[in-house]
Amino acid sequence: MQPDDIIVSYKGAPSSGFLDDLLSVADDKLSVLESQSKLRKKVYHILVEVLQNIHHHYDNTLAQSEAPIICVLTRHTDGTYYIHTGNFVRSEDVSTLKSQIDTVNSLNPEQIKDLYRKTLDNGEMSAKGGAGLGIIDIARRSGQPLDYEFQDYDNGSSFFNLKVKISA
Amino acid sequence: MENFFLEGSTKTPELRFNAETGSFLIEGRSIPENSVEYYKPLFEWLDAYILSPKQKSTLEVKLEYFNTSSSKCLVEIFRKLEKVQSSGYDVQINWFYEEDDEDMQESGEDFQEIIDIPIVMNVIQG
Repeated sequence: MQPDDIIVSYKGAPSSGFLDDLLSVADDKLSVLESQSKLRKKVYHILVEVLQNIHHHYDNTLAQSEAPIICVLTRHTDGTYYIHTGNFVRSEDVSTLKSQIDTVNSLNPEQIKDLYRKTLDNGEMSAKGGAGLGIIDIARRSGQPLDYEFQDYDNGSSFFNLKVKISA
Repeated sequence: MENFFLEGSTKTPELRFNAETGSFLIEGRSIPENSVEYYKPLFEWLDAYILSPKQKSTLEVKLEYFNTSSSKCLVEIFRKLEKVQSSGYDVQINWFYEEDDEDMQESGEDFQEIIDIPIVMNVIQG
């Protein structure tokens, strides 16, 4: 991979100030790099959703220095973008996340749209402002199966890797 | 009653809700982590507006981006306007999207599907 393929990369604390900076740098770079406004908006939108999903799910029982989050946005020569994130989640939250992703991965675009609308209509809001729509929205906009992996640690935490592909 | 105005920021939209004219506007970006915190004062304002609405209320939604947390808040706002409509008043939502922005067009259609208020789609020419 050529170095100029990396649009933003971040490893550090999941604080909202850093994530805001990351979004603003990505926004500036995308407006220079990507001439298709439709694709630029899609990439930005998914990046927002992916980062906020981390914000809603990261394991906040670990010290931030021990539990950094990772986020890399790359653009490949064929114009495809990838957002790769990694963050710690509580082991007990793994099965819920896993089943959410497996569900959307098993659906076609029309079924994902229906699930989104149903959840928008009936879903409850969590205390952190999560609406249960994040994963569905990411899958819907990406239009591709979500690539993920969990690595278990023996401290009750799991490292959640998510890779989202976005193309025009 | 007082009007409800809130300036926008890079993560939150401008909110202009005029109780005297019944014309309402949501414009900009809506991507705060916790949208409920941002929209709560507006929910409370709308609860008061429901009690003495104008004969016609029109809400213009001109959003560039909104996150899923905000989409739940938009549902909440539209549900409050449904109450105004079911008390016998006219309510219309004008949904704006840029010409090539199919995602924002589809978002408007999502709301058309679940909200019982006329949502008129408007294309902003690029």
